[in-house]
Amino acid sequence: MTHAISATGLTKAFGRSRALDGLDLTVATGEVHGLLGPNGAGKSTTIRVLLGLLRADAGQVQVLGGDPWRDAVALHRRLAYVPGDVNLWPNLTGGEAVDLFGDLRGGLDPARRKELEERFQLDPTKRCRTYSKGNRQKVALVAAFSSDVELFILDEPTSGLDPLMEAAFQQTVREVTAKGATVLLSSHIFSEVEALCSRVSIIREGVTVESGTLSELRHLTRTTITVEAGEPLTGLDGLPGVHDLEADTTRARFDVDATALPAVLAHLATFDVRALTSQPPTLEELFMRHYGKEPAPAEVSR
Amino acid sequence: MSAYAGTGRLVRLAARRDRIQLPIWILASAAMMSAGTSAVASEFPTEESRITALQGAGSSPAVLVMRGVPVGSDLGALVNFRNLASILVVVALMSTFAVVRHTRQNEENGRAELIGAGAVGRHAPLTAALVLVFAANVLFGAAMTGTILAGGLAAEGALAFGAACTVTGLAFAGIAGIAAQLFQGARAANGFAASAVGVFYLIRGIGDALGERSADGLTVTPSWLSWLSPLGWGALVRPYGQERWWALALPLALFAVCVAVAFALVDRRDLGAGLIPDRPGPAHASRGLRSPLGLAWRLNKGSTIGWVVGGAVFGLGIGSLGKTVKDALGTNAGVVEMMEGLAGGGGPDLVSIFFAAMMNTYGALAAGFVIQALLRLRSEEVGGTAEAVLSTAVGRVRWVGAHVACAVVGAAVMLALAGAFTGLADAASGGDVGVLTLAGAGLAQLPAALVVAGVVVLAFGGLPRLVVGAAWGMLVLSIACGLLGDLFGLPQIVRDLSPFTHVPAIPAVDLSATPLLALTAVAVALTAAGMALFRRRDLAT
Repeated sequence: MTHAISATGLTKAFGRSRALDGLDLTVATGEVHGLLGPNGAGKSTTIRVLLGLLRADAGQVQVLGGDPWRDAVALHRRLAYVPGDVNLWPNLTGGEAVDLFGDLRGGLDPARRKELEERFQLDPTKRCRTYSKGNRQKVALVAAFSSDVELFILDEPTSGLDPLMEAAFQQTVREVTAKGATVLLSSHIFSEVEALCSRVSIIREGVTVESGTLSELRHLTRTTITVEAGEPLTGLDGLPGVHDLEADTTRARFDVDATALPAVLAHLATFDVRALTSQPPTLEELFMRHYGKEPAPAEVSR
Repeated sequence: MSAYAGTGRLVRLAARRDRIQLPIWILASAAMMSAGTSAVASEFPTEESRITALQGAGSSPAVLVMRGVPVGSDLGALVNFRNLASILVVVALMSTFAVVRHTRQNEENGRAELIGAGAVGRHAPLTAALVLVFAANVLFGAAMTGTILAGGLAAEGALAFGAACTVTGLAFAGIAGIAAQLFQGARAANGFAASAVGVFYLIRGIGDALGERSADGLTVTPSWLSWLSPLGWGALVRPYGQERWWALALPLALFAVCVAVAFALVDRRDLGAGLIPDRPGPAHASRGLRSPLGLAWRLNKGSTIGWVVGGAVFGLGIGSLGKTVKDALGTNAGVVEMMEGLAGGGGPDLVSIFFAAMMNTYGALAAGFVIQALLRLRSEEVGGTAEAVLSTAVGRVRWVGAHVACAVVGAAVMLALAGAFTGLADAASGGDVGVLTLAGAGLAQLPAALVVAGVVVLAFGGLPRLVVGAAWGMLVLSIACGLLGDLFGLPQIVRDLSPFTHVPAIPAVDLSATPLLALTAVAVALTAAGMALFRRRDLAT
């Protein structure tokens, strides 16, 4: 498998603060890769290094087989970028900005542009200064997805979009990946990442703390089990890997480590089980675990 | 009074934001004034020496345009003559920029929205800006008065000098207050208010040049035209020349009227909006926009046209003085010598010498234009649009190069037209210097302006966070050392630091290519170095 993006040991300091502290990131060609992390974790800095707008202090980085700092122009012909905070020229219209970005990138497909303008309901005749945040993001999205490129780098591209536009965005991402493009998607919207991304990297304070497919990540964490039996359930609190047990005599609800799951199920099988539900952890729970703030059990049950 | 709720808090916020910037304006002006005062005292210690200097200077329209009118031969009067006109420009610009900074700029970048959502009245932001600028102008005036008093001059004139500065600053604060309501962008508001400074300077200059000279040659009474310019009013207070105290009321009245109009406009418009509503624009980019160069031109088009037209108007004004120069100067040998000094040597044709002296001011204007155009690089970087462009297939050198190209071509057109219009106005009033000659003389200033451009690009590449101060500081130094070095009596080695010193004084002397080529080479080297530095650094906000 080839890699669209591979970065190892990236460090970047701004004055005394270290934005990146040995970050690793690998994005395979053709996948949609989610980049998760709280504000200030280093997501945007990582993306700017990948674009050659910042130069890493140390570490290796390759984008589409080239050095993003040295080969910036050649690489930028093959990728499109949507920043989290889209800034446009106040006196240009949205349509002018779309055409401009397309041409600066090496051309765009007018039919595709028209289709996307309709899909995202963008009025291209308005001056950029009159656009809301969501509309400015639409300009950047239409410009990016109208270009025929191999790699899309999207930095929280939907933070200002309404749910209808979110659906349009997801549809558009699926279309470009169906044609073989690679997408790096930084996002705070877990449902979006769960719906789109085949692999996810979670970063924290400039370091990658977790990276893998969603099922791999889930494997590393706990499943929530709710069980009801025809006889009193006993012995659960003594089992290794069981956490946050809430039990009355015949009903129990608990979290279990993925590794302990077979033993726990074997134990449950010795009772007269009437009902059993298991909930894999959501991405949100995965994410919270890495930031030391597990959601309270009551919250999970809702 | 709920319209003014929160004003006190906003004044403190504005003062906090300007705690470095405004003191620099005031202290630097005080330092300039202090140097100016002691220079006069040491250069012209005797009454005779002052009379000789004034009789020469007072009869030179070029000096009257740049310096204003002489009001007498005592030490204080000479201090006024040498400093007041330029100090008034400084205080006008300080007030203009400060008002726009705390009003329209806040609206443009969204800060005002956050502030307006608090318990803050509709009039509070403008009121706070005006309170701050009022205080700054009072301090500015006090600093001038104090500096002159420290130089050992009489109190009455010092007070008049300071007061003239304060009220002139307030008048331009009022003008900027209106501009901030009319324009949606802070750049446009600043541009409008700064061109008002330029236009009023020109009106004052022409009015003074057309003024009537007293029989002893020691004073000049400005013509009625100077009474039309707020920058003229400050000078008409006449510090150290039988002070005309009531003239202080004119700028104050203008300030009051402008403030009333500005508040009326505040009441009639929405936050963030200008008075000219937006119409739908083109849905597609024209062919001309679709490149870095097309974009740079689009971004600079409005201000470039403004500068070019301004330069042409300036040229018309100066050109129309040609005949006056010829009539006034006639046979005065002292004047010829004085003018030759100003123009850097030359032949006997007085009108040519006059125009040669004025060409340097065209060059300074062009330098101001290139600085303003190239600082766009920095504002694009800070505003995030540079990131958007540089993440496409546009290299850094190409991006900077597009902006440099726009600045260079704009400056060239502006200089050529300013020169040509000087020639047209001269021809219309019966002169014969020639349109093409003067257009060429204007263009000869281009290499000097390009050196300034090179310094801006170098600072942008190497010291992006300091580029604004470095750029305007370079212009002030170039003007102080080059254009005014002779009047300030600076040694040649200091004057040589200014690129304008090295431009041949066309049309008074023949064109010599060597200094122009050398200046161009320096400019190219500086620009290349700046681009190389920019290529090696991170984008920084």
